[in-house]
Amino acid sequence: MSAEDELTRLRAQNAQLQRELDRLRGSGALQQSAPDAANGAAATATPSWDGLQHGLNKEQIARYSRQIVLHSFGVQAQAKLCRGSVLIVGAGGLGSPAALYLAAAGVGRLGIVDKDSVELSNIHRQIIHREADVGVHKAVSAAQSCRALNSSIQVEVHCEGFTPANAVQLVRQYDVVVDASDNAPTRYLISDACCAVGRPLVSGAAIGTDGQLTVYCHGADGPCYRCLFPEAPAAGNCARCVDAGVLGVVPGVIGTLQALEAVKLLSGIGEPMSRRLLVIDCAAGRFHSVKLRAKSASCVSCGTSPAITAASLPSYDYAAFTGQAAANDAAPKPLQLIAREDRITPAELQQRWVAGPCCTARHWQGCVRGRASVLRYLYKLAAECPSSLPAPARLPGCRIASQPDCVVLDVRPAEQFNICHLPGALHAPFKHFDRHLDQVKGRLAAAAAAAGPATSGSSQDDPPPLYVVCRRGNDSQRAVARLRELGIRHGVDVVGGMEGWAAEVDPSFPTY
Amino acid sequence: MVKVRLEFSGGLDLLFGNQKAVEADIPQQSGHQLTVAEAMAWARDNLLTDRPELFMKGSSVRPGVLVLLNDTDWELCGELDALVADGDRVTFISTLHGG
Repeated sequence: MSAEDELTRLRAQNAQLQRELDRLRGSGALQQSAPDAANGAAATATPSWDGLQHGLNKEQIARYSRQIVLHSFGVQAQAKLCRGSVLIVGAGGLGSPAALYLAAAGVGRLGIVDKDSVELSNIHRQIIHREADVGVHKAVSAAQSCRALNSSIQVEVHCEGFTPANAVQLVRQYDVVVDASDNAPTRYLISDACCAVGRPLVSGAAIGTDGQLTVYCHGADGPCYRCLFPEAPAAGNCARCVDAGVLGVVPGVIGTLQALEAVKLLSGIGEPMSRRLLVIDCAAGRFHSVKLRAKSASCVSCGTSPAITAASLPSYDYAAFTGQAAANDAAPKPLQLIAREDRITPAELQQRWVAGPCCTARHWQGCVRGRASVLRYLYKLAAECPSSLPAPARLPGCRIASQPDCVVLDVRPAEQFNICHLPGALHAPFKHFDRHLDQVKGRLAAAAAAAGPATSGSSQDDPPPLYVVCRRGNDSQRAVARLRELGIRHGVDVVGGMEGWAAEVDPSFPTY
Repeated sequence: MVKVRLEFSGGLDLLFGNQKAVEADIPQQSGHQLTVAEAMAWARDNLLTDRPELFMKGSSVRPGVLVLLNDTDWELCGELDALVADGDRVTFISTLHGG
């Protein structure tokens, strides 16, 4: 068993034990002296002092003293926090600071919902998780951090994610809900559940350098998410962090503000952001709040005769309504958009172009001249490279794109192309694909010329090989199809894109 | 002509050549005051550089976009028929989902 396998196994075991511990804690089978004594206003011994019926004990008073002595907050507000509970849906970029601040502030009971495990690419913004948590369930990891920060509160872990089946029952158990999710279907679901059960919802979102914050389902006239957006945006209009990117601090700012709003709602101090939307542009350094409509009488969720209720919600099809699954950061489904014969796997590509274990850079440079010459190359190899020779370092195919008589077209956005690409690859971002047509034609002509007299005479029939790659192999198929429409009919799509290349051919190729 | 500040937020700026705000002079039909609907159509026809379907659907904004007139939800001012005067701001905000 490799060290990596062992690590994976131990992490799984650790997550399992943590879940067991959480289950025992939840069932009360474990006597947890610290949280119960601290939280229960029910310190049983008769105290030698009296307060204004706040129920806080000496430890709590010391711990939260800086906000207790705050004129606009005070001991009663703190007592409400300590008696209060918050459900945080999503232990990601927003949920991280939200959960940490709410734990630190002394909210008596926190529920953390997630269904994913921590990945290294999460940690730049999901600061509740540590390097050692990679592979650990996010809800479990987040709960550990909250407990480490404040052992006197109760933290409940919900590892199954937030689904139509459990939404109502989960929301019902808490006073305030924080939407720290990352996709449209879950946002509608959380809002509907809060309407159905009557809980205020602190909603935050962030992408790139932009953030938004508001409070839904609050007070007499506060709208819900559906009041504002009765019709779901098309799936293609919803940027995701995994594609569009996000500056780590941005969800940090919004998640922190969500904690603030939850504290305000629980304690009853301040003016919650109901009927207001805070829009932040972190690049410009602008915070701006705008006035929103009141709740709509005709809203199917919070209107006068709602169609979505606690009873009907579990059977509501959120994927159909939003046209997308609640899949968040996950890779998009690999599609088969063009004929299989117009596609090649990275391994096949490697086989075709870097023909065997005897291939060295020199052989490559010297022998390979276009597809027609592969056979000639193989004959030469057979003659020159008897199997007794030690196998030289295998060329990971990195020369493919830099071969003058072969064209690799990379259609990823510039941000991704700039991270890593095959040497010599021609960059033609799919977003503005047609603008690059002349470049593609130019490169193909140059490649045909470089292929030499053997193929140049018949370049119409046997044009230089053209391979199209993207991140994962969907856009590249669309690009191959578009090339066809534009008259370039021999483009071949690389299945799985550069991620496939990294997985099958060159493990040193960065993935992101 | 009506001088209007058009603002694009939540990623909509990408559809308008990465401009977050444009000071626009929008022509109006004689005898009529400019409406938000007309301002929106003008922005689509004169400023949009990319994929119009991400900005409008039919004669209104696409689902998921909030429209504000001087920082107030357009639903409170008459939506498409809301009147736009010199110096007003019309803001288009795409709702975000990331987290």
